[in-house]
Amino acid sequence: MKLTLKIWRQKGPEDKGAIQTYPVDGIDGDMSFLEMMDVLNEQLIEKGEEPVAFDHDCREGICGMCSMYINGRAHGPKRGVTTCQLHMRSFKDGDTIYIEPWRSTAFPVIKDLVVDRSAFDRIIQSGGFVSVNTSGNTIDANATPIEKENADKAFDAATCIGCGACVASCKNASAMLFVSAKVSQLALLPQGDPERKSRALNMVNQMDEEGFGNCTNTGACAVECPKEISLENIARMNREFLKASISKES
Amino acid sequence: MAKKYWMAASGLFLCIFLVGHLAGNLQLLLPPNEAKDAFNAYALFMTTFPAVKILSYLTYASILFHAIDGIMLTVKNNAARKEKYAYNKPSANSVWTSRYMGVLGTAILVFLVIHLWAFWAGMHSREIPTYTLADGTVVKDLYSEVYNAFKQLWYVILYVVCMLPLGLHLSHGFTSAFQSLGLNHSKYNSIISFAGIAFSILISIGFAIIPLTIYFKY
Amino acid sequence: MASLKSVTPKGALKDQWTNHKNDINLVNPANKRLIDVIVIGTGLAGSSAAASLAEMGYNVKAFCFQDSPRRAHSIAAQGGINAAKNYQNDGDSTFRLFYDTIKGGDYRSRESNTYRLAEVSANIIDQCVAQGVPFARDYGGLLDNRSFGGVLVSRTFYAKGQTGQQLLLGAYSALSRQIAKGKVTMYNRHEMMDVVTVEGKARGIIARNLITGKLERHGAHAVVLCSGGYGNVFFLSTNAMGSNVSAAWKAHRRGAYFANPCYTQIHPTCIPVSGEHQSKLTLMSESLRNDGRIWVPKKKEDCQAIINKTKKAEDISEEDRDYYLERRYPSFGNLVPRDVASRAAKERCDAGFGVNSTGNAVFLDFASAIERYGNLEANVKNIKNPSPQQIKDMGREVVKSKYGNLFDMYKQITDDDPYFTAMKIYPAVHYTMGGLWVDYNLMTNVEGLYACGEANFSDHGANRLGASALMQGLADGYFVLPYTIGDYLSKDIRTGAIDTTSEAFSQAEQSVKERIEKLINNNGTKSVDHFHKRLGKVMWDKVGMARNEKGLKEAIAEITEIREDFWANVKVPGEVNGFNPELDKAGRVADFLELGELFAKDALDRKESCGGHFREEYQTKEGEALRDDKNYAYVAAWQYNEVPSKAKLHKEELTFKEVELKTRSYK
Repeated sequence: MKLTLKIWRQKGPEDKGAIQTYPVDGIDGDMSFLEMMDVLNEQLIEKGEEPVAFDHDCREGICGMCSMYINGRAHGPKRGVTTCQLHMRSFKDGDTIYIEPWRSTAFPVIKDLVVDRSAFDRIIQSGGFVSVNTSGNTIDANATPIEKENADKAFDAATCIGCGACVASCKNASAMLFVSAKVSQLALLPQGDPERKSRALNMVNQMDEEGFGNCTNTGACAVECPKEISLENIARMNREFLKASISKES
Repeated sequence: MAKKYWMAASGLFLCIFLVGHLAGNLQLLLPPNEAKDAFNAYALFMTTFPAVKILSYLTYASILFHAIDGIMLTVKNNAARKEKYAYNKPSANSVWTSRYMGVLGTAILVFLVIHLWAFWAGMHSREIPTYTLADGTVVKDLYSEVYNAFKQLWYVILYVVCMLPLGLHLSHGFTSAFQSLGLNHSKYNSIISFAGIAFSILISIGFAIIPLTIYFKY
Repeated sequence: MASLKSVTPKGALKDQWTNHKNDINLVNPANKRLIDVIVIGTGLAGSSAAASLAEMGYNVKAFCFQDSPRRAHSIAAQGGINAAKNYQNDGDSTFRLFYDTIKGGDYRSRESNTYRLAEVSANIIDQCVAQGVPFARDYGGLLDNRSFGGVLVSRTFYAKGQTGQQLLLGAYSALSRQIAKGKVTMYNRHEMMDVVTVEGKARGIIARNLITGKLERHGAHAVVLCSGGYGNVFFLSTNAMGSNVSAAWKAHRRGAYFANPCYTQIHPTCIPVSGEHQSKLTLMSESLRNDGRIWVPKKKEDCQAIINKTKKAEDISEEDRDYYLERRYPSFGNLVPRDVASRAAKERCDAGFGVNSTGNAVFLDFASAIERYGNLEANVKNIKNPSPQQIKDMGREVVKSKYGNLFDMYKQITDDDPYFTAMKIYPAVHYTMGGLWVDYNLMTNVEGLYACGEANFSDHGANRLGASALMQGLADGYFVLPYTIGDYLSKDIRTGAIDTTSEAFSQAEQSVKERIEKLINNNGTKSVDHFHKRLGKVMWDKVGMARNEKGLKEAIAEITEIREDFWANVKVPGEVNGFNPELDKAGRVADFLELGELFAKDALDRKESCGGHFREEYQTKEGEALRDDKNYAYVAAWQYNEVPSKAKLHKEELTFKEVELKTRSYK
């Protein structure tokens, strides 16, 4: 099939950037979206132009690196998939496709479609862990049984790949789904219990400091999340944060 | 993030206020001769009972707070995305009422200003005829004020139309407040969201029906 | 150059690690603060090593080329992690895990290292649970297990089909904690360009900031490479697009021996190639072989009908199906080790029984598992006389709970729904057992230069068992390296900070700079991918699942030619100073073009078949691998040469004290 691509090009963080139009031809329905981008880039290199920079790595939907805003939606039109798992059979011959980077003040553009998501790392560093030493001198793994329902819920929250689609699709560029997934995972497990208060407070504060917007419960994040993380996690984090704020001593 | 909790708390408080306000005003649906006595007695109670006074100031404060907090949140949220998308399709992932809470809220605020100016300022600034209740107490005849106001077509239209943004605002705001306060449980979520829709419909229709009834029926 | 001293401790296998820990030198806590360690890569091995070293008190600098340490390719591991916990009471033990691993590796791994791996395995699970890794649990709240290829017990712990993700996020959280404390300085989007050696010791690296393109010098008392494997030398593999051999190859150029490069694992269950534009292959976890049955039609006309889409898998009657693994290996059936399963698939497809248009695919069928689970559910739910439809629906639900994400992924990619029709699969390059030669302490033959995880060669021999890569990465990073590195660093407490203005650093930086400029100013005509694809094709056709002398010699000649063509005609667009993914890729492909040749050389040199290395000249009458223990029970460690096929061979003889060398049999 033949397509018209309208892609955001930006040389560097300081550059203004603009949408540019590129035609591509010979696209097959079995190709992934990123393979379609490979075809375009090969063409650009051949013509002596600079290829479009985009983030990608595993190409099997788990590393969270790929991040394209396709036709007005994070990771494109299909639900529950990352850009790399979006296949061209979701498009028709002659389609025009807009491709933009994640837009958020907390995710500055590095080049073209590549953004800096280190804000997510800093949020995890502020408390997204259990403070257990890696000495191996821990208790036996089966010493603390965990209710299956909670274990499963913790797992569902933990499947977050940190891609940032939630931020990209939220009208307020809020990171609540990402942060709440980690807060929930650890709040649901006995291992995370001792630090639950400080974790909720610190991670939320870091999130605010990074410049993400507030949650207004539009629910867009959960719809666009490639791992379909539930809004229930946001409610749980709201609860955790409220409890921690009320009961903290200093 | 604390702003959100206050947004939710003040919103829910205003929801309770709406219930009380509507319950009292539904007396206006009675035939004029009965309603006149009942409503004027109710008005007297509302303007003289001290606890009501406190509640009313709390309500004014909540409205102001809800509005100002909302504006502050909106400013912060806009700053979180300075460069907008060239092509965006939010309709694919969210209902528009949830995205336009600010606009709907502003419409409600404008209505409130007119509403308060009409009744509150009107009541205080000029002489209002009096009315004698069944027990002999002489009060201001507020019923007739309302009645006369709702006999004007443009006024009825304004009131009925303005209940639309209120209903839409509530349809998202009610459930949203529960989510923001962390009051969420898979067992009760469907009840909360059903209650939210039912609440927004009942409140907006309940208020709209009063001017319509007075205009067309009495 | 140092000779190959494995420094294996004395004594019985089961006491070696304990004795060694008691004997080696330690660094006192105050002195650890004076010592810097560089860790390259943040997968399971890198993240866990960096976190553990920092926790012990060393100053750590960690590097990854991705935008966050959480994205390293360990994240894509699906099926699970082995540990000798014996929670299922099915007769598992440290010895059995050790034995299975040695046997699975076709007796080409170092006994002492493999035993240690089995020994610390149980501790990994304890550690991960303590970190909040949400492993699958049963209704009683205890940990669940499943079975994997090449073993007869259930010792694999898992988190649906995302075990690697959950373990990596656990290690990443431990790393994040140390970053927050300031004990680890994290360098995202940085690539290691060279190892700097001073007086024969690794003393730092040259790194390139991939955003600005600037070269940086980083000094340290030891350098730990946790940079993963080199499967991408085949262009198409299940590795991430960025996975590369460059860090290990730079170390090799600086003197570190590269061991057993030809030991490559071809994973039997991957989604087949669909077309010319394919950029990578996707794995379907081995755990699927617990419940899926592998088959091809018995009649070629049925294969043709399936290719022409006039028939579907479900239209072929039971007696017309060839469940070839169950037929050939009745005792292990569909759960034979990966190398065996892969070769069996190739054998059927080469014989003309492939089931897709390329002729390279076999079926992985869940119909009987769905039926079996459906019947079980009917019993559990006490449904009398369930309809066939009810049984299938319930069975599908059970299968969904076990493999849901894998089935979804399959459907996304192929547009076929595996709940209703059989999957098509074919082997693909997945893991590389070879890597930098290391001693018992995980140190390469260059002093102060360590290699952990997939980057080293030590634990899996010629073939790795499923769910053992995660085990090895975390064992090395959490429990082995943090102890053993102290033995070396204890001599460095008075060294002081490493001077990065020295001649060695300047020279290294200069050579990196020249190479980058050469690439960018080459002004050729062909893209980097053009060369990478050509290399991949040679590797797959001639150095792939089955190899022979003629093909390997041709491969060496062809790779040499491609490499020369690359340096003459490659075109790298963009600038040196700035974000330029094509330039990053060019540097990596240049290294693959050298490694590929050494790979072929190693395969040519090893005149036997073992594990993932299958030489057509050396097979039994039934087509099974024919090992030659008399002449080839050694580790081939290659010393760098500018012409890789002329590299010098050093042998580490493998001695086996506790296991008897036998022909592997899974029949």
